[in-house]
Amino acid sequence: MSIALEVRALEVVRGKRTVLRGVDLDVAPGEVCALMGPSGAGKSTALRAIAALEPFTAGRIAFGEVVLDPGRVPPESRLRELRRNVGMVFQGHTLFDHLTVLDNVTLAPTHVLGWTAERATKEAHALLTSLGVEHRANAYPREISGGEAQRVAIARALVLGPSLLLMDEPTSALDPERRGALATTLRELARQGRALLIATHDVEFARACADKVATLQDGRIAPATTPKS
Amino acid sequence: MFPAMRSALVATAAALVVLVTACGSRDATGGTQEFRWGGDAEGGAPFVEADPADPTRVRGFDVDVAGMIAHGLGREPRFVQVQWASIVASTERGDFHAGLSGIEDSRELRERHSVSLPYFEFREVLAVRAVDSARFRGLRDLARRRVATLGSTMAYQILVDAQRQSGVVPVSYDDDVHPYGDLVAGRVDAVLLDHVIAERSLRRLGGGFVVQPNAAATGYYVAVFARADSALRDSANAILRARMADGALEQSFRTWGVWDAAQAAHFARTLAADSSLTSAGAGARDQSITAYLPSLARAAAITLVLSCLSMALAVIIGAGIAAGRVYGPRMVRIALTAYVEVIRGTPVLLQLFVLYYGLSSVVRLPAFLAAVLGLGLNYAAYESEVYRSALEAIPRAQLEAARTLGLSEWLTLRLVRGPQALRLALAPMTNDFVALLKDSSLVSVITVVELTKQTAIYATNVGSWLVPGVLCAIVYLAMSLPLSLYARRLERRLSTS
Repeated sequence: MSIALEVRALEVVRGKRTVLRGVDLDVAPGEVCALMGPSGAGKSTALRAIAALEPFTAGRIAFGEVVLDPGRVPPESRLRELRRNVGMVFQGHTLFDHLTVLDNVTLAPTHVLGWTAERATKEAHALLTSLGVEHRANAYPREISGGEAQRVAIARALVLGPSLLLMDEPTSALDPERRGALATTLRELARQGRALLIATHDVEFARACADKVATLQDGRIAPATTPKS
Repeated sequence: MFPAMRSALVATAAALVVLVTACGSRDATGGTQEFRWGGDAEGGAPFVEADPADPTRVRGFDVDVAGMIAHGLGREPRFVQVQWASIVASTERGDFHAGLSGIEDSRELRERHSVSLPYFEFREVLAVRAVDSARFRGLRDLARRRVATLGSTMAYQILVDAQRQSGVVPVSYDDDVHPYGDLVAGRVDAVLLDHVIAERSLRRLGGGFVVQPNAAATGYYVAVFARADSALRDSANAILRARMADGALEQSFRTWGVWDAAQAAHFARTLAADSSLTSAGAGARDQSITAYLPSLARAAAITLVLSCLSMALAVIIGAGIAAGRVYGPRMVRIALTAYVEVIRGTPVLLQLFVLYYGLSSVVRLPAFLAAVLGLGLNYAAYESEVYRSALEAIPRAQLEAARTLGLSEWLTLRLVRGPQALRLALAPMTNDFVALLKDSSLVSVITVVELTKQTAIYATNVGSWLVPGVLCAIVYLAMSLPLSLYARRLERRLSTS
């Protein structure tokens, strides 16, 4: 689990608008990096490019052996390594409505990794327990709170054992108390050796959990700072 | 009140009623100077056909008979086109004074309407392919064989009776042309119809089948009047009897090539009999509801099985089309869109005709299979639109979440997008199925006797739509309501899960 994320000169053009103009970014294993900036600065775009959900115009994204090049997003058949190693937690609610909390978490391991239902269920229960939502295992997404849904989404991303976890505005649906708890959870994930890149505009949250902050301004990264300095 | 005064008031009221009624009937039947009569020119010569020299006029021996009645009444005949199966009902509701077009006499007809004396005697004759003429001499020889006829006729009733007695398989048509075409093509093994129609078809097709000499039954053509119009009927009877006596009717029948010894004998009997003559018609039949229940139940089962099979086909093909339109390459999308638009833009009736009759030289589909295919392929176009819009209604975020978990497009469709889309599609699917259940009545045009057709046959036999119509509606509701309730429950269950 010691792979670092390297983003070099990332440029994204959407129509006539240049969203990102040469972004450089490094996240080391065990490190929590907060990607900050005002709304519309391109935080989500950067995350989506790294997750191979959107194409980028120039630059390079490398995560260990997996390298993404400018141009069209490669077909999913060529992204298996990336999907196994990069987890993503979206902004808002993207749990699968028709499945229980438990089934949301076990879906990918049973169908993508070919785990037995027994093994997937055991892992899922362990993860849900560690995130404090085990008691909601049999509930459906619309029956749980925003904070619980957030933690289930994290469990769903973590069950595949990714080395890099991308999170888009994880605190948007949380009250201050829950934010503190989430920060603790993320620190724990980093302590286990994962790299975390978190897009947020919540300064308090960034301060509570990030090792470093990268601020997007006019499509570029402002000089790096550490939140605790 | 003084008796004299009271009787004067009653007389005035009676006069008013008569006046109002007279005005009403004048309005309803288009003026007293005309004798409006209804017939079906689609039936063709020698009954009623559009005059090739002037297609706005009609000609045929029924046209002559109507003309004789009109002129005998001192009126001008005026023809009203009406579908053959609706002539009797239209007469009763006052659309015209009388209906004529090879209308068969029967006890049921006489019980519910005013019916003229029989003016023509016909024989129900069996037509078979020339090679079969030695082995299929009568209905008894046709056990488990398909015998075609026109629905809602005496011949059809004979076949239904023969089905019970000797296992003949009756095949009902909506017209009297296709049965003979299908006989020659080998789709049916025999045709039972009036000798006038059989001989006409023999001339039209120039052979390919023979008409067996022994008649299965004898019947009579009559003119039908509204039940309340018995006085008009009596006048018509007097006129008909006079035209039988003075040879005018014989002359017309000779012109149309339908005069024979049987007519001469029939005329002689009619003129010898007293004026209260009523024909025996097709003979007595049990016409209580219970007698029709087994055939209605069978027809309902056919409707249900046909609808279920068609819907299953529509769901499978529709899902394929929807998947092709959402995921397929450009050329596939264009081809599937074209299919959907062509199917939705043309009547299902036309599609059934093309499948059954149009393609018969290439592939001869059995009627039931053609019906399932026709309805299934038609509804597939509608289903595909339901599924396509349901698939496209699933938020992109759900699909992206599935992608980041490493689910392939197929797995995403099967595990995430499909199940969620199904929930959205369930309500429109239920509506479509109920619509299909009702649209299945269209397949009677390709000889499948389903619930509505059986009801029409029942209604024609008993001479009323009231009881058969209500019964038919109850059966349709009994089939569609539980489905709607079940689907609603399923929808509720899926939305809570």
